[in-house]
Amino acid sequence: MILDSKIPAGPLAEKWTKHKFSSKLVNPANKRKYEVIVVGTGLAGASAAASLAELGYNVKAFCFQDSPRRAHSIAAQGGINAAKNYQNDGDSIYRLFYDTIKGGDYRAREGNVYRLAEVSVKIIDQCVAQGVPFAREYGGLLANRSFGGAQVSRTFYARGQTGQQLLLGAYSALSRQVANGKVKLFPRTEMMDLVVIDGQAKGIVTRNLITGAIETHAAHAVLLCTGGYGNVFFLSTNAMGSNVTAAWRAHKRGALFANPCFTQIHPTCIPVSGDHQSKLTLMSESLRNDGRVWVPATQEIAEKLRKGQIKANDIKEEDRDYFLERKYPSFGNLVPRDVASRNAKYVCDEGRGVNETGEAVFLDFRDAIKRDTRKIIEQKYGNLFDMYKQITGEDPYETPMMIYPAVHYTMGGLWVDYNLMTTVPGLYALGEANFSEHGANRLGASALMQGLADGYFVIPYTVGDYLAQLAPTKVDENHPEFARAKEEVEQGIEQLLKINGTKPVDYFHKRLGKIMWDKCGMARTEPGLKEAKAEIQALKKEFWSNVKVLGTNEELNQTLEKANRVADFLELGELMVDDALNRNESCGGHFREEYQTPDGEALRDDENYAYVAAWKYRGEGKEEELVKEELVFENVKLTQRSYK
Amino acid sequence: MKLTLKIWRQKNAADKGGFVTYVAEHVSKDMSFLEMLDVLNDQLTEKGEDPVHFDHDCREGICGMCSLYINGKPHGPLQTTTCQLHMRSFSDGETITIEPWRAKAFPVVKDLVVNRSAFDRIIQAGGYVSVNTGGVPDANEIPIPKTVADLAMDAAQCIGCGACVAACKNASAMLFTSAKVSQLALLPQGQVERKTRAEKMVAQMDAEGFGACTNTGACEAECPKGISITNIARMNREYFSAVVSSENM
Repeated sequence: MILDSKIPAGPLAEKWTKHKFSSKLVNPANKRKYEVIVVGTGLAGASAAASLAELGYNVKAFCFQDSPRRAHSIAAQGGINAAKNYQNDGDSIYRLFYDTIKGGDYRAREGNVYRLAEVSVKIIDQCVAQGVPFAREYGGLLANRSFGGAQVSRTFYARGQTGQQLLLGAYSALSRQVANGKVKLFPRTEMMDLVVIDGQAKGIVTRNLITGAIETHAAHAVLLCTGGYGNVFFLSTNAMGSNVTAAWRAHKRGALFANPCFTQIHPTCIPVSGDHQSKLTLMSESLRNDGRVWVPATQEIAEKLRKGQIKANDIKEEDRDYFLERKYPSFGNLVPRDVASRNAKYVCDEGRGVNETGEAVFLDFRDAIKRDTRKIIEQKYGNLFDMYKQITGEDPYETPMMIYPAVHYTMGGLWVDYNLMTTVPGLYALGEANFSEHGANRLGASALMQGLADGYFVIPYTVGDYLAQLAPTKVDENHPEFARAKEEVEQGIEQLLKINGTKPVDYFHKRLGKIMWDKCGMARTEPGLKEAKAEIQALKKEFWSNVKVLGTNEELNQTLEKANRVADFLELGELMVDDALNRNESCGGHFREEYQTPDGEALRDDENYAYVAAWKYRGEGKEEELVKEELVFENVKLTQRSYK
Repeated sequence: MKLTLKIWRQKNAADKGGFVTYVAEHVSKDMSFLEMLDVLNDQLTEKGEDPVHFDHDCREGICGMCSLYINGKPHGPLQTTTCQLHMRSFSDGETITIEPWRAKAFPVVKDLVVNRSAFDRIIQAGGYVSVNTGGVPDANEIPIPKTVADLAMDAAQCIGCGACVAACKNASAMLFTSAKVSQLALLPQGQVERKTRAEKMVAQMDAEGFGACTNTGACEAECPKGISITNIARMNREYFSAVVSSENM
């Protein structure tokens, strides 16, 4: 199998313009004859559904939440990047492109990333026109900030709730199309399978989460906008319901899954407090602009601290190790996410962690408060400090915050070409669900940008090109493939309900999460990954013989929902391990301990691994097949990242 | 901590429902309220009893999916969402009563889960600016005074959880509806449809069966995002000026 990225030929800056012109158009009178299914209503899904409906297509939009407004894009805090250069500080489309390629450690396609930077400017225009209340300067123009260590101020924001405001903007556009009758909404409905007829995606099978009814929906194209798979780790900053089921079942129907091992671990999250922990809360990265990260200089002091014999404020200046400032004098506390996370892990592994579990480091505002006064710090971070206090019961103005890395974002996802089409014709993946623009590591404030770029400005062109090649006749829902897929879904559910074992679903999910976190998390080794693979296989067996799912299919059954999702996470986890084992290099979020420079930095192998690892499903119990897409760099020179 | 939980159990929309009492042992003060329910549910599952169903998703106070009356108060004793409430707000030996939102327009689906799709329909009635993707002016061509943008943002923070309805003795949705009407009435982008929007959204709110506002301020007091009732006053002005010169055809 050969993967064709379909990147148009020609100069980087002209590719997208040329491609839009060469894409086929659907006659305006014919658009109403095409049906498009959109699964997921986050930034990518809501913007795609609204934009396609505005063009005249008939859209069916699905989400598992009770309202499309609750998709997890809503939780994004920091902001959205755009190459507007409103600040006159040297930003440009090319610079955003370059920063994104470099930040992704050279594991993304030039063509895709350039297009993303190009359309970024239009996203801000669109959102403002919808009434998104971005932060403004006193002159009435839009405010920007520098984010995640970027050298220019290109991040637009709406307090600490940028994701919420952008999503509500897209949701309002979607709601308008619902009112116009062009979008039919299916809330509390989960996609259970993809229907493929003669090699093309023609519909989906869904479960109504209230009644349990298994239904089929036919369409000319299916868009998966279903987010990332960070919940494979059980604990992550994702919402409780975030899952891989739609993407995974499409994978089993022929869509290749790319770079599954590329996961982003965010350095500033509130540490785990006990076994009951259900999710981890992110504290905005902006805190690292003023907070100083440290741990005690010695194990002995850390030990006393953990036992409660001393308090953080008792530790003398010379007994504190500001390890990021020490190791990276020029970037200090603002090193990229992967570097900050890994170093926190190292000092905790050395026994210098600071909370009861030994898995936390301090983020200290003492010096910032001394320098700028408490009032200034309150203005900047007041809401975050309050949130921290609410969750931990400690006051960060008085005692240093404790933070630890947590799984935040998954760069991997369904393989897509330049048109965002997967390897199944007619099946598209948008936003975090696809693998494409962030390479091995995503920059801060770029997830919102990508979700909206895909939905507002890419898919309306590329899906049209595909639909124009199909006859505008109704997809036959009586085709036997629909009945067959539906029956398989029903059997799968029946099997889960029949097991009637002894352990609840979370018991398995937590164990899977621990394997993934310990052995396929911030630092990975070949022996560790091999152990992980065997452990996951054993756990999967145990799950299918001992999970306890009560109730029936024909009712609201949250345990059954979870069981379905965890069954897929168990399979995905194994593939992530395979992918991490295959990639004998360190890059971005993927750090293999065997491959590091003498001073402990990630060591890429561009000669052998400058490719996208796409995996092809070959059937139950069989090893997946690796298909490579070589990455071609015509415009940027590959360099080693250095933040010293 | 050891707690007694009186939880509303209801099999489905047709079931009459009632309280069932459970004892939760080994509750840690660091648990969130929903984590305490997770632990209870795992125990119920192991005993073969149907776990308690409740809505939740982001668990960081922003998606608006979690709900619950806790001891009669929406989202419990603090002005926050239930997911952000931690067990340190309770004391050992306490009895906690947990119920679903009670409002005609929010029918119970199962246990503590209610149907809030009425809120979606209110937004569909006009909670948007009618612009299509593309063809919009450059973002900085619409200057907006910072003070106005900030006020719009204050209103736009609503998470659509429904605590305002749950807190109101009339189950009025005025705070929710007015937050969106205000956001768009304040901003220049919202001016073109200002009148039709206010009329249509208010009409939809009434059609859904939400009650009238009697200015008790209970909604504001319980809103986890601090949405102010000045938005209701603004919506009333918008509405009355709209109906006297209606542009709805």
